[in-house]
Amino acid sequence: MITEADVRYVAGLARLRLEPDELARMTDELAKILAHVDKIGELDLSHVTPLAHVLDVVNVMRQDRELPSLDQEAALRNAPAVTDMSFRVPRMSQR
Amino acid sequence: MIGLDPLRLTAVQAKRLLTGGEVSAAELTSVYLDQIGAVEGRVGAYVLVRADDAARYAARIDSEATAVRGALAGLPTAVKDNMVTEGVATTCASRILSNYVPVYTATAVRRLFDEHVVMLGKTNMDEFAMGSSTENSSVHVTHNPWDLATVPGGSSGGSAAAVAAGEALWALGSDTGGSIRQPAALCGIVGMKPTYGVVSRYGLVAFASSLDQIGPLTRSVSDCALLLRHIAGKDPRDATSVELPAGIELPTAERLDGLRVGVPAEYLGAGVDPGVRSCFESALRLIEGLGGTIEETSLPHTEYALPAYYILAPAEASANLARFDGVRYGHRSEKAEDLIEMYERTRGEGFGPEVKRRIMIGTYALSSGYYDAYYGQAQRVRRLVQEDFLAAFSRFDVLVSPTSPTVAFPIGSRTADPLAMYLSDVCTIPVNLAGLPALSLPCGLSDGLPVGFQLIGPTFSENRLLDVAFALEMAIGFDAVPSFRDARIATPRGGSAGSCSSANEGVCDG
Repeated sequence: MITEADVRYVAGLARLRLEPDELARMTDELAKILAHVDKIGELDLSHVTPLAHVLDVVNVMRQDRELPSLDQEAALRNAPAVTDMSFRVPRMSQR
Repeated sequence: MIGLDPLRLTAVQAKRLLTGGEVSAAELTSVYLDQIGAVEGRVGAYVLVRADDAARYAARIDSEATAVRGALAGLPTAVKDNMVTEGVATTCASRILSNYVPVYTATAVRRLFDEHVVMLGKTNMDEFAMGSSTENSSVHVTHNPWDLATVPGGSSGGSAAAVAAGEALWALGSDTGGSIRQPAALCGIVGMKPTYGVVSRYGLVAFASSLDQIGPLTRSVSDCALLLRHIAGKDPRDATSVELPAGIELPTAERLDGLRVGVPAEYLGAGVDPGVRSCFESALRLIEGLGGTIEETSLPHTEYALPAYYILAPAEASANLARFDGVRYGHRSEKAEDLIEMYERTRGEGFGPEVKRRIMIGTYALSSGYYDAYYGQAQRVRRLVQEDFLAAFSRFDVLVSPTSPTVAFPIGSRTADPLAMYLSDVCTIPVNLAGLPALSLPCGLSDGLPVGFQLIGPTFSENRLLDVAFALEMAIGFDAVPSFRDARIATPRGGSAGSCSSANEGVCDG
C-alpha cells in the first residue's frame, strides 16, 4: 500500500511540488489506481516477451549531414529568462 | 453564394464548390467564422480563434491563380492545441504552456498548410491530452453541441465539438487511448486513429510516444479519407513514422459481400448502455444486409489492457513531461530560491491535477524496485493484447464495437473519481496498445445523443476500414444535427431508455 511518505518521495523524483492537501488526496487516488493496475499480477507473464514497438521495424539510419536548424534567437525566444544569448536559471546550490 | 449550412456541409462538397468557382474561400471561411460567432460562446470548442488571419488568408487564396492552389485550398480547418504552429500560441490547454508561441510547425499541420487550408484556430482539449471529457482543460470547459450540459468527450473534445457545431469544416485531433474516436462518437461525427506511425508525430506535444497518433475528425467518411491522405506519410523528422503500403483512396464501396466481421464479447460487457447496445446491434444488422457476416469473438486479455495502459501511458508521460521545467519555454515560478526549487514550483504551479496524477503514477512505476513489476509486466501484457488481435484478424477482416459504452455524460459527473473516467475508455485503449487503425462513425441516437460505432482493422488496413465505414455510413443514413439544447434550462431529454433512433426511419428499433 502506497503511503504519504512514498508519495512525497516520488514527487521529489518527479520534481513536482505538491501542497499538503494535494499530498493527502494524491495518496488516496494513487492507492486506488495502483490497486487497479495490480490486476496484471494475476497473469503468468514469465514466458512473454515485452512488446517494445508495435510495428516490425528496425532502426532508421540516415546520412550524417548538416541541415538548417533553429537559430539561437529562435531557440531562446520562449525562454523565461535569457542572459548572453543563453538560458538563465536560478543558482544551483543552497540546499 | 447560396445558403451553405455549416452543420451539414462536407469537405468533399466544399472542395467541389470551391473548385467549380461556386463559392470563394473568403465566403466559405466567413460561413464558419459566422457560426463561431453564433455558437462558440455556448460551445467553447476553441482556445484560440484566428478570425482576422483566417479571413485574410482565405482572401489571398482567392487572389491566387487556380493552377497554384493546393489540393485543399480554402478549406476551413481546426487544429487541436497540442500540435505546434509557428507563430501561433500552442498551449496544450495547460497553464505551463500558456505563453508558448512555437518557432516551428508540426509536420501534419505543415502538410495541410502546404495544401493551403485555412486554419480557423486551435481547439480545446484535456490538458496534455490526458482525459476523456475535455474537463481537464485549464482554459475552459467545452460543451457538447447536442446537449450543452454534457461533455464532448476527450481529449480531442474541442476538435470534435467544433466540427459537430459547424464551427469548422473538419479538424485534426490526436489519439493516445481513444482521444479522437471517443469525442467523435460523443459528438456524432467521424474520427479515425490511423496505424501507429502513419502520421508523423513531429511537432505533436508528446504524451505517450508509443501510443500517440494524429488523425482526422470529420463530418463524413470521405472527408476522413481526404484529410488522412494529406497528413499521412513518412517524415524524416519522426523516425517512427512509416509509409503506408498504398496511398489513401476515397472510399467507394456500396456492398460488403464476404466481409467477415468479428464482435469481441469483452467490448459488450455490463457497462454498455442499453441505448448504445441497441444502436450498435442495428448497425450490425445493416452490415449483414450489405453482405457481411457477423460472428462473436473474444479478445481474452482485454481486462488487462486497461491496467497495462494506465502503467505505460503515465510512464511515458512522466518522461515526456520532464521537459517542462521552466528553463526553455513556458511558465516559470517566480518564488524559487534555487534551481531544484524552481523546477518543483514551476511544475507544481503549471500542471493541473490529472497531469500531476499521471506524472506521479508514471514516476512511481518507473522508480527503482518497481520497474519490473509495473513497466516490464505492462509491456508483456501489451504483447498479449497484440496477439489477441492478431489471432482475431486471422479469422476476421474487421472487428467492431461501440466506440464508447455510454453517450455523452453530464459535465462534472465523473470528475470526482479518476478511475471511473479511465474505465470509460475500455473499447478504445487496446487498439492503441496494439498500434492498430480504428475509426468511429455515428450509428444513431440514444436519448437524443449520438452513438459511435467503432471499426478496428489490422495494421495498414486504412483503405479497407474507410471502405467498410463508407458503405455502412450510407446504410445508416445518419443525418441528424446538433440542436444546441441546454438541458439545464429546458425539459428533460425525451425518448425512452434503451431505445435507438435515427433520422433515417426504420434503421433502428424504437
